[in-house]
Amino acid sequence: MAAFASALLLLPLPPAAAHPQQRQLRSREQRQGCRSRRYSKVVAYYGLTTPPYKLDALEPYISKRTVELHWGKHHQDYVDRLNKQLATSMFYGYTMEELIKEAYNNGNPLPEYNNAAQVWNHHFFWESMQPEGGGSPEGGVLQQIEKDFGSFTNFREEFIRSALSLLGSGWVWLALKRKERKLSVVHTQNAISPLALGDIPIINLDLWEHAYYLDYKAVIISFKLFRKAAFETSQRIRVLRVNLDQR
Amino acid sequence: MALRTLASRKTLAAAARPLASAVSASRGVTTFTLPDLPYDYGALEPAISGEIMRLHHQKHHATYVANYNKALEQLDAAIAKGDAPAVVHLQSAIKFNGGGHVNHSIFWNNLKPISEGGGEPPHGKLGWAIDEDFGSFEALVKKMNAEGAALQGSGWVWLALDKEAKKLSVETTANQDPLVTKGANLVPLLGIDVWEHAYYLQYKNVKPDYLSNIWKVMNWKYAGEVYENAAA
Repeated sequence: MAAFASALLLLPLPPAAAHPQQRQLRSREQRQGCRSRRYSKVVAYYGLTTPPYKLDALEPYISKRTVELHWGKHHQDYVDRLNKQLATSMFYGYTMEELIKEAYNNGNPLPEYNNAAQVWNHHFFWESMQPEGGGSPEGGVLQQIEKDFGSFTNFREEFIRSALSLLGSGWVWLALKRKERKLSVVHTQNAISPLALGDIPIINLDLWEHAYYLDYKAVIISFKLFRKAAFETSQRIRVLRVNLDQR
Repeated sequence: MALRTLASRKTLAAAARPLASAVSASRGVTTFTLPDLPYDYGALEPAISGEIMRLHHQKHHATYVANYNKALEQLDAAIAKGDAPAVVHLQSAIKFNGGGHVNHSIFWNNLKPISEGGGEPPHGKLGWAIDEDFGSFEALVKKMNAEGAALQGSGWVWLALDKEAKKLSVETTANQDPLVTKGANLVPLLGIDVWEHAYYLQYKNVKPDYLSNIWKVMNWKYAGEVYENAAA
């Protein structure tokens, strides 16, 4: 059972004491022999993963205040709501990726889908960014982008176009379409993730208003974009700089 | 008042044209203009801040109007050319931006400063109908708040009159879908905007506080008039 519980920890552990304000919600495990009978078996829930940089590290593009709220409140709320559901859910014990795919239920999402996907989407969003990033990707990702979009500039333009044409809340993604074996730019509504559709996300950008409203209001988003080097074993993450003219 | 310069200018420009202030015609295409608010931006404080009202009206609503007009002009051109795929393609922009214009125009009328009677519970026929269909006014508020809080992503929560069934109902629509997308028989009496832009600067992630405070500036007189006209 203990091994089973640790398998739930799909998301990487945060660096020790990275931020004093971080909440140590991770893997609330209570072992046999606990005082309370309620916790007489091993239980494991999802924890809030910490962005791999300080909360003010994305300034001036994304303010510390925005990250505090976005990570500390919005992301945390999704984690809390998911855990509450998992306490009585058939999906308790699934890995996050299994959970997202199963709960998506071929386009008729079950109640757990929304929270699980938003936990994952936000985690992926934080991982996709890096202070002092920018420039062009290298190596395998760049080659694949050039193959599938013609050039990096073309990809960037398509990414921005896709972001601006999203109507309502959602995400824009660079994803590897598994069947077509091709990189593609897609936007998705609300909590929909390419993972649920069987594809492989490379980078994402949050287009919910809470992601940018305090910093950019309705006017202009001057965003940092980023990529996740999922093709490379190094998992190095870089940031591309992109200007998004807001709707 | 200084904050309203943009809107006032637009309204004046519209009034100078021969047609009604909300609609004008150019090159054969009917276009829409941003309606003026029936109160000052700061008049709904502390329930809704003046900054939110200004941005919401001058930026968001104004953008829906501009993009709606743009889409309508493109539609006109596509129809003139007999370009059927373009006509179909424009439907989503028309629904989104046209819906944004329709929804916000209703929303401004749904709100009223407290000093002018905002927040006073409904009287008359609508008050009776609410008691009959929801049990009580408090039960309706609770239901709309719960549906608004549970709505995923951007959208609206509505108090609707079903003209055919002659019954009130609470409905939600996604994004900027206007209530008419759920049926031509549904008349919007009240719409609450639950897009994050409607509350984020003031309430941040605490949507339930926005939902409970907005009732303090609700214009039930307007809803009652719409109800009586539609139910008659």
